[in-house]
Amino acid sequence: MYTQALNQRGEGDERLLEDAAALERFQARIDAEERIEPNDWMPAQYRRTLTRQISQHAHSEIIGMQPEGNWITRAPSLRRKAALLAKIQDECGHGLYLYAAAETLGTSREELLDQLHSGRAKYSSIFNYPTLTWADMGTIGWLVDGAAIMNQIPLCRCSYGPYARAMIRVCKEESFHQRQGYEIMLALSRGNDEQKAMAQDALNRWWWPCLMMFGPPDTASQHSDASMRWKIKRFSNDELRQKFIDATVPQAHFLGLTIPDPELRCVDGHWQHGPLDWDEFARVIAGHGQCNRDRMAVRRRAHAEGEWVREAAAAFAAKHSAQLAAE
Amino acid sequence: MIVEAPASPLARYALRRADDALILGHRLSEWSAMAPTLEEEMALSNMALDLIGQSRALYTYAGEVEGKGQSEDDFAYMRREREYQNILLVERPNGDFAQTMLRQFFFAAFAYPYWLAMMRSTDATLAAIAAKSEKEIAYHLRHSSEWVLRLGDGTAESHRRLAEALEELWPYTGELFAVLPDETALIAAGVAVDPDTLRGEWEATVRAVLERATLAMPSGGWMQQGGREGRHSEHLGHLLAELQYVPRMIPGATW
Repeated sequence: MYTQALNQRGEGDERLLEDAAALERFQARIDAEERIEPNDWMPAQYRRTLTRQISQHAHSEIIGMQPEGNWITRAPSLRRKAALLAKIQDECGHGLYLYAAAETLGTSREELLDQLHSGRAKYSSIFNYPTLTWADMGTIGWLVDGAAIMNQIPLCRCSYGPYARAMIRVCKEESFHQRQGYEIMLALSRGNDEQKAMAQDALNRWWWPCLMMFGPPDTASQHSDASMRWKIKRFSNDELRQKFIDATVPQAHFLGLTIPDPELRCVDGHWQHGPLDWDEFARVIAGHGQCNRDRMAVRRRAHAEGEWVREAAAAFAAKHSAQLAAE
Repeated sequence: MIVEAPASPLARYALRRADDALILGHRLSEWSAMAPTLEEEMALSNMALDLIGQSRALYTYAGEVEGKGQSEDDFAYMRREREYQNILLVERPNGDFAQTMLRQFFFAAFAYPYWLAMMRSTDATLAAIAAKSEKEIAYHLRHSSEWVLRLGDGTAESHRRLAEALEELWPYTGELFAVLPDETALIAAGVAVDPDTLRGEWEATVRAVLERATLAMPSGGWMQQGGREGRHSEHLGHLLAELQYVPRMIPGATW
């Protein structure tokens, strides 16, 4: 569903060790908007940054199945149940081809999953908030997927070819999810008083966490420089956040919902927002969101409980390939 | 608003098949985020989506036949446990992956020849639903057979788990072939298929796969029945409590 702009730890500067001429050629290709492909030479830090970003994105898709999965068995109509199930299936598919894209950089899916399960890798913090009512399914589609699209459309032009191509497909599906979420909100906002209250309550809870999905403000963001130079990232966190707010506020008004920000006002065609609670953001990233432990526990349990199944499949395959070879 | 059982035997017939598909689809959907691999996550969702889709077509048709304006959601969300008429097999809890896959296999090994035969139903709508369902169930049968093979002939642990699943689920397979009194006229008219004509193929499929999976086909034994007449296990009530909770909480709302 989404990759989060996290501050990244500084890396030792391998550029000193790498051939200055190769680096220069690499940067020239980037500047000429050429795509970098798996077998091309690339700086070690470029490889590491992308592996981290793509795998974090994949992890987010996989963990992101849980908050919505919480409502599959309770969806209020068969049409909604099927749509939600299909949406979550899409997210799993995104996870799969993002892991495949990350593998082109030389790290296996098993190793990447191991990083997730051991807590070394992050996923988007938005999934550490609980989904409390059916309206959360609408709000997640509308806002969380909406924010994801803002982040991901520029990634379709990312300098790394496999990631850029994966994002083209992901974005198509995300925009369908976003419309689907908005349509749930539309049905609720045209419904009875209880449904309208449910929609407003969900917006109240998800609005601020969604704004923080774009990551820390530009003044506090340390590592955009290299990503910008390498055209992995093309817009700053604040630029993307502003685009999202400008697109979303009129949609909320159309639904008859109130954005839970008393300071929100339109200045020169842009919506200005009140202060974001970056302490909460830091707390949730640090593991203190309401669902951090639950999300990881479910993921680890699924992996652990599936082990005997994976072993059986491997044993069966080994047995039968040995038989085929003997025949 | 509680929806009463339809008066029309054809509507009731469609409803029973819809209930099988919905309850099994719902059970598969409970696996979300818990599958042993990401590929299997996709496969379980696929099968769940197929089955929920089949239930929607069948519920809608039951409503049309009955002619009282009942929608797919009225049937799914506004009937009580006793009015659901799915077979007991599909409401069995998921258990471990071996139980889920063996349940799927037992059901698909019946549903595949069933829908294939139903393509020749004299009822054009059922025949059309059959044409779509047959393609979907063919995949379910292939997928679940492959897992039964891998689990049976995989490791000692997977073999043990599959053997346990076989013991657990076997008594629920007899009801696949149940015929209710109001269905005999539909069978005579070529609207419905006599499930007894499918028994030989079901047994052959199950025997062949179990044998290749190094498990013996159980013979006979007591068969549980009752789902088709609304006498369910205790498990269905909990499933429906979850499934129906939102529309029951805010009745009459549009979602």
